[in-house]
Amino acid sequence: MNKKKSILDSNVFYTLIAIAAGFIIGAVFLLIAGISPAVAYGKLLNSIFGKPKYLFWTLIYASPLIFTGLSVAFSFRTGVFNIGAEGQFVVGGLTACSLGILLDLPAVIHVPLCIIAAAAAGMIWSLIVGLLKVKRGIHEVLSFIMFNWIAFYLSNYVVNLAVIHKEGGGEASKDVLDSARLLFPEGVRKALDCSAANWGIIMAVAAAIIIWIIIEKTTLGYKLKAVGFNSNGALYAGINADRSVLTALGISGALAGLGGAVQILGMSGRLSQFAGQEGFGFEGITVALIGSSSPIGCIFSGLFYGAMKYGGSKLSIVKAPSEVVDIIMGCVILFIAISQIFRVLFARFGKKEGK
Amino acid sequence: MGKVSHMDESRVVIQMKDIVKKFGDFTANDHINLTVHKGEVHAILGENGAGKSTMMNVLCGLYKPTSGQIFINEKEVHFSSPKDAIDIGIGMVHQHFMLIPPFTVADNIILGVEPVKGLVIDHNTAREKVLELSERYGMKVDPDAKVEDISVGMQQRVEILKVLYRGADTLILDEPTASLTPQEIEGLMEIIENLTADGKSVILITHKLKEITACSDTCTIIRQGKYIRTVRVDEVNENELAAMMVGRDVNFKVDKKEMTPGEVVLEVKNLHAKDYRDVEILKGLNLTVRRGEIVGLAGVDGNGQTELVEVLTGLRKADSGEASLLGKDVFNKTPKETFDSGISSIPADRQKHGLILEFSNEDNLILQHFEEEPFAKKHMLNRKAVRDHAVELIEKFDVRPRGCEAAPAGTLSGGNQQKVIIAREVTNDKELLIAVNPTRGLDVGAIEFVHKYLVEQRNKNRAVLLVSFELDEIMSLSDRIEVIFDGQITGSVPGKDADEKELGFMMAGGKGHE
Amino acid sequence: MDVIIKDLGLLINATLIATPPLLLAALGSCFSERSGVVNIGIEGMMTIGAFTGAVMGLTTGNGWIAFFCAGLAGALFGVIHAVACISFHADQTIAGTAINFLGPGLAVFLCKAMYNNSSDTPAMDPSCKLPKLFQGVFPAGSFWSNVLNVYSVAYLVFLLALVCWFVFYKTKFGAHLRAVGEHPEACESLGIDVYKVRYTCVILSGFLAGLGGAFVTLATINQFRPSVIVGQGFIAIAAVIFGKFSPGGATKACLLFGLCSGIKTLAGQSNTVSPNLISMIPYIVTILALVLFVGKAHTPAANGKIFVKSK
Repeated sequence: MNKKKSILDSNVFYTLIAIAAGFIIGAVFLLIAGISPAVAYGKLLNSIFGKPKYLFWTLIYASPLIFTGLSVAFSFRTGVFNIGAEGQFVVGGLTACSLGILLDLPAVIHVPLCIIAAAAAGMIWSLIVGLLKVKRGIHEVLSFIMFNWIAFYLSNYVVNLAVIHKEGGGEASKDVLDSARLLFPEGVRKALDCSAANWGIIMAVAAAIIIWIIIEKTTLGYKLKAVGFNSNGALYAGINADRSVLTALGISGALAGLGGAVQILGMSGRLSQFAGQEGFGFEGITVALIGSSSPIGCIFSGLFYGAMKYGGSKLSIVKAPSEVVDIIMGCVILFIAISQIFRVLFARFGKKEGK
Repeated sequence: MGKVSHMDESRVVIQMKDIVKKFGDFTANDHINLTVHKGEVHAILGENGAGKSTMMNVLCGLYKPTSGQIFINEKEVHFSSPKDAIDIGIGMVHQHFMLIPPFTVADNIILGVEPVKGLVIDHNTAREKVLELSERYGMKVDPDAKVEDISVGMQQRVEILKVLYRGADTLILDEPTASLTPQEIEGLMEIIENLTADGKSVILITHKLKEITACSDTCTIIRQGKYIRTVRVDEVNENELAAMMVGRDVNFKVDKKEMTPGEVVLEVKNLHAKDYRDVEILKGLNLTVRRGEIVGLAGVDGNGQTELVEVLTGLRKADSGEASLLGKDVFNKTPKETFDSGISSIPADRQKHGLILEFSNEDNLILQHFEEEPFAKKHMLNRKAVRDHAVELIEKFDVRPRGCEAAPAGTLSGGNQQKVIIAREVTNDKELLIAVNPTRGLDVGAIEFVHKYLVEQRNKNRAVLLVSFELDEIMSLSDRIEVIFDGQITGSVPGKDADEKELGFMMAGGKGHE
Repeated sequence: MDVIIKDLGLLINATLIATPPLLLAALGSCFSERSGVVNIGIEGMMTIGAFTGAVMGLTTGNGWIAFFCAGLAGALFGVIHAVACISFHADQTIAGTAINFLGPGLAVFLCKAMYNNSSDTPAMDPSCKLPKLFQGVFPAGSFWSNVLNVYSVAYLVFLLALVCWFVFYKTKFGAHLRAVGEHPEACESLGIDVYKVRYTCVILSGFLAGLGGAFVTLATINQFRPSVIVGQGFIAIAAVIFGKFSPGGATKACLLFGLCSGIKTLAGQSNTVSPNLISMIPYIVTILALVLFVGKAHTPAANGKIFVKSK
C-alpha cells in the first residue's frame, strides 16, 4: 500500500504516463496521415540508437536544450516564469557568433570570451525584463514575449550586416573562426565519426550540477526560493525581494545565453536567418516540465528531447513529417500540465483504500 | 437595545435534518439539525472551525450534503447550485464579501438577475428597484459608486441588498460584525429589526456572545461539527452559552502579575504615512511603549493600524516623523535593519507574511537567521543545525503533529502555524514584540496559548505592542489601551478599568477623557 | 501632391491588410483574458486557422465557407485549452505553450501529409479567396481602389469590434464574463456558472483567433506556409494588454500595430531601412507603452488563477 502511494505521488510516474500518451496521440495522427506508426517510430528509434555516432548526435542536440531547460527550471523554482529563454538563447548565440567572427584571438582566450559574453548577453536580456518587473510592475511573461521577438528581429538584422553576412552565402552568417569553436580535437571527432562532437554536453551537465547545488544547498537558493514562493513573507523576514528576483532572472538568462553559445560554437558554427522562432527556449519549457523542474531531471529530459529532435529530423526518409515530434511534445506538456488534478484524485483515492 | 421579537412560531420556514457533510475523511458536519421560524433571528454559535460556515454553505446550495434532508416551508428540497437556493428565497451574506470591486453598487446588486430590455441590461429599472429597497429597510447606499471606493459598512449593506433584491425570505449573515465599529454594529441590529418586522427570518452566524443576547430569539450551538442543542436566548446567560460552545467552563480573564512599566522602548513621534492608494492615513501619530507593559492599540480596521505596523517593521516608507527604539533611530529602515535593531513581530496575516507555506517548518523557523551561524557557513546551509533547532522548538512550543520538521508549513492547522511563528518570534527575544491580530481564526485552546506567551514576554520585561480588532482581546491583555482613529491616537486609558462603551465611542471618533 | 495621396492610399491599404488578423485574434483574447483565463496559445490557434482556411479554400472554392471552418478549427483548440485550464486546473501559461507547439506542429504535419510532403499548400485561385468589396469599380492602383476595394472582412472586423464592445458592456453575458474574471467565487455564490462562462469565452477566443489566421491565407496571401503567422498571435496579446483588456482599446492598439506593419511594407519596397528593424517596432512600442502609461492598468483580478468549483 505504502509503495503504491509513493508511486502515485512521484513526478516521474506522471511524466512517463504523459510521454506515453504523447506517443499514442502522435501514432493516431500518423495513422490519419496514412503512415504506419511502427515504421515511423521504428525509424525514430533506429536514428537514435542505430549507431554509436547517432548517440553522439543526440548529445549534441541535447546540450543547448539542457541549458534552456535549466534556465526555465531555475526560474520555476524561484517563482518567476522565464518564457523569455528563447530570446536570451538568441542573443547569446548572436553574441557568441559575432565575437567568434569578428575577433581573432588564440583559442584559450577566444572560447571563454565568447562564452562569457554570450552568458552576459542572455543575462542582460533577462535583467531588462526583471527591471521592468521590479521597477514598473510589468508582468514578466508579457515583456519576455516582447523581448523574444525583439531578439528574433535583432538577430536577423545582424546576420544581414555586411561584416557578419557571408558573401553569396544565402541567408547565413560567415563561419565562426576555428579558435572560437567548442569542438573536440579533430582526431577525437574522427574517432567518434561525428564531425560536430563538442564540449557542450559536458558544460551542460556541469551547469546542471552547479544549479542543483545552488538551489538545494546554499543560502542563495534558500533566499531565491523564499522570494519565489512568497515574496511578502520573504520581505517580512528581511530578504530583499527585488534583488532576489533580479538575481534569479539574471542566472536564468545567463543559462539560456550559454545554450545559445553552445549551439553556435559547438554544433552549427554559424548563425542563419530565422524564418520563425527556433524554439530552443520554448523547448526548454518542455524540458523543465518533463524534468519536474529539477536540475538533474533536466539532464535526462534534455537528452530525451535531444533524441526526439535528432531522430525526428530523420523521419522524412520514411516520408513521415518530422512535425510529429512537435505534436508529441505538445501533448506531453499538456498532459503534464493537467496531471496535477490526477495526483489530487489518486491521493484521495489512495487514502480511502488505505483505511 | 430594546429587543422586540417578530417570531411566528406557527410557521417553520427552514428545517435541516441530520445533515452530514464530509470532505474526504474529514467530517465537517456530523448530524446537524436546525429549525428556523418566520420572523425569527436564529443565532448559530460555535468556535472557529466548528462547522458553522459549512452548514450554511449547505443551506445556501454551495455544498451538497453527504446525507440528510432540507425542508423549506415544509417541502423537501435538493439544491444543485446556489441558484436553486436563491430561487427558493435563501440568501447568504458571506463573511468575506462577495462583491466585484470595479463594478458599481447597482451592478453588483443585480449581478446574475439583471433586468433586460431586449438584449440590453436595463440599468434604469435596476437603479429604481435598488433605491426602493434601500429606502424600505433603511439602508443608505449610493447605487452609482464603485464598490472599491465605498466603506466596509456600506459594502455590507450592498451585500444585504443583493440578497433582498433576489427576493430572499431568509437571510444568512456570516460573522457580519467582524470589521464594524460598535456604532456600525448597532446600525446593523436596526436593519435586522426592520427585516424581521417585515416577516423575514435571519440566521446569524457568530462566535460573539454579546450579539446573540442582544438580538437573537434562539440559538443553536455546534461544537466540532456536532449539534449540541438549541436554546431560547432569554432563558440562558452568556456564561452558559460560552460553556456550551467550548464544552467546558471558560475563564475569560488572563492572569497577569502586577508590574510597573520601565524605560521607554519604542517612541513614535508625529508619524505621517500614506496607504497603498497614496492617501495620507497616518496623520501625526504619537505612541510610546515601555518595558514590561502590553500596550493595546484599539481601533476599527482601516484607521492606520496596518500602516503603523508596516512602517515600524520596515515594510512601508513613512513621509515624516520619528521612530526610535531604546534611543536608536528605526525610522524608515529596511525590514532587516528594524529586526536587527530589536523589533520582532507576529504579522497579521500568517499565510501572507508569517510563513513561507511551501517551505518546511524547519526552514520557516530560521527565516530571519538562515545566513547566520550555525545554520549557514560560507553560503552553504548546515542542514543538521537547522533540524536540531526545529526539533527543539517544536517540542517546546507544542507544535503538532510532532516530527513535522520537514513537512511544509502549509500542511499544519492554523493554530499550529501560528505556534511556529510564535516560536520563531519569541525565540528571537527582541526588545519589542509587535503582535497583530495574533489570535484571528484560532480556537479557544490556541488563543489561550498565544495569550500566555504575550504575557510571558511582558513579564520578562520586554515591551509588547498588541494590535487587534477584537476589543475583548485588547481589554483582557493590555496594561494600557491606546485608541487609534483616523491616523492618530485619540485617547488613552489604563487597561484595568477600561469601559467598552467608552472605547467604542472613541474608536468611532468621539473624544475620550484625556 | 498626387504622389502623397497615392502613398497615403497605399499606406491605408497596407494597414487594412495587416490589421484584421491582429484585431480578430485580439478580440478573441479579450474574451478569454477578461473571463480570467490567460491564453498565450493564440499564436497556435491562428496557425491552425490559417492552415484550415487554406485547405478549405482549396477544396471548397468558397472563401466564406473556408473562413468559417478556420474559425471552427481555432475553436477546437479553444476547447482543448478550456478543458485543460478550466476543468483540469492546468497552469494556463503552460497549457498555452502546449497549444503553441500543437497548433503549428499539427498544421505543418497535416500539410505535409496532404500535399506530398510539402510544408506549403499550393497557391489558390483568387476566386477561392475572400471577396473584395468593390472589385473593378475603381481604376486599379487609384487612391479609392486602395482604400475601398479591400477584402470586405477588413471592414467587417471593425463592425465586429463594435459588437464585442456592445456585448462586453451592455449585455448580461458581458457583465457576467467581466465579473467572472474579477471574482469567480462571488459569481458562483450568485448562481452564475463560472465554468460555463469561461468555456464560452475561451472557445470564442479560439474561434476568433482561427478567423484571424485564416484572413492571412485567404486574403493577405493565397496559401499556407509555416511562417505565415510568426508572432502575430503574440502581437495580438500585446495589443490587448496595451488596450487595457477592452475591445475598444485593443482595436486602437491593433490599428497602431497594423499601421507599423503598413509602414514596414512600404518602407520595405524602398529598401532604405532594414525591415527587421521596423518589425521590432510593435514590440518596442508595447514595452514603452507599458512603461509609460499602462503600468498600473487594472488587469482582471482572477486572471490566470485556478478556480475550483465548490462540491
